[in-house]
Amino acid sequence: MITVIDYGMGNLGSIQNIIKKLGYQAEITADLNKISSAKKLILPGVGSFDKAMQNLASLNLVDVIKQKASEGTPLLGICLGMQLLADSSEEGSLKGLSIIPGEVKKFIVPPPLKVPHMGWNLIQYNQACRLYEGFDVFEETRFYFVHSYYYQCIHQQQVAATTKFDITFTSSVFKDNVFGVQFHPEKSHKFGMLLLKNFIELT
Amino acid sequence: MLRTRIIPVLLLSKKGLVKTVKFGKGKYIGDPINAVKLFNDKEVDELVILDIDAAKEKRKPDFTAISDMVSEAFMPVAYGGGITEIEDIKKMFSIGVEKVIINSAALINLDLIKEASIIYGDQSIVVSIDVQKNFWGKYQIYSHAGINPVHKDAIEFAKAAAAAGAGEIIINAVDLDGMMTGYDTNLIAKIAPHVSVPVVACGGAGSLHDLKAGYQAGASALAAGSLFVYHGPHKAVLINYPSQQQLKELFN
Repeated sequence: MITVIDYGMGNLGSIQNIIKKLGYQAEITADLNKISSAKKLILPGVGSFDKAMQNLASLNLVDVIKQKASEGTPLLGICLGMQLLADSSEEGSLKGLSIIPGEVKKFIVPPPLKVPHMGWNLIQYNQACRLYEGFDVFEETRFYFVHSYYYQCIHQQQVAATTKFDITFTSSVFKDNVFGVQFHPEKSHKFGMLLLKNFIELT
Repeated sequence: MLRTRIIPVLLLSKKGLVKTVKFGKGKYIGDPINAVKLFNDKEVDELVILDIDAAKEKRKPDFTAISDMVSEAFMPVAYGGGITEIEDIKKMFSIGVEKVIINSAALINLDLIKEASIIYGDQSIVVSIDVQKNFWGKYQIYSHAGINPVHKDAIEFAKAAAAAGAGEIIINAVDLDGMMTGYDTNLIAKIAPHVSVPVVACGGAGSLHDLKAGYQAGASALAAGSLFVYHGPHKAVLINYPSQQQLKELFN
């Protein structure tokens, strides 16, 4: 059972669809007890940083997420859910979860590029990470992105992959049992399926 | 670098998949769920699904049918047709749609766009504008699937929609729908550089070369119906999509 944290930030239908397609069950919940007893956690999210932290705080979920992360429960942050793993964001004034040290910054790109960074882009591996086990290293690995802010990870050894959009930014982070991806694996065809399968089957 | 998005557009009418010419009566081309499965297998960048009857019939989207389609789609899906209030948008996201496309309702009032983009983020709210050249050669907007002329300047309205919070603007050239003679690159060039958000060109694409021309005119993404559902001079129905290699060569 995969527990998807429902804190009112965006689209959970597609995550539920893909977990089902992979042959597993997802529970979508904001319940403190269910989250504190979860075997695997997904923190999704679309929207603004401060609103997300406010929602987590008002549901009393900030401490339990941090605690689960420190206890070794696999946790995957997707998109805004990845950015929340950082310490802070230029998008807001609230503190992040501070699980993987970093700062979230706004893209500033020259025309004709436009923000948000929206569409399919490639990732380049930076460190061996269990999320990418079984990926074909000779094939371009592409994912679907939609975001206006990017994660600037402090420690290179916690950067699993990077992506180029004017600048090269951190598109995947990890630290022990905690993972964050800027892209949407639930909307990235076979690449996303394999990544989520790897996460779901982590032991 | 970011790839240029190539987006098949699926039109729904009377529970079937259809293809129109100049927004006219749709020709039945198959089962929508099957089409989504095929496009999913072809690993398309994104899908646009439009219910072309909903606004005309003043009814809600068919949430069950959309849900069945989306559960087979492991790429981003944008849905349009009959979205008139926040509750519709909320339901769409809960079944797994990534973006909602608002057309007629945005022409009446941009407040829905404002409100929706604050709640769900700009990236998930798309405004689609149906444009037709009028008698005097001016670009005129039409609402309700191309039926009602609207007295708004297309370029100004596109800017206003982006300012209100639309994360993307689809420009649909009504006269070129189903013609497969190429995009109205003039129209794209008139709008794309003047709005801050990505512009998606739609209407007229008949070849991969046309996609490139649309991109060169300034579109961030290229949408097409006929190109991806028809094959050959006799327009045999065949779901198709260029390979990654073809796309790479086309846009490099």
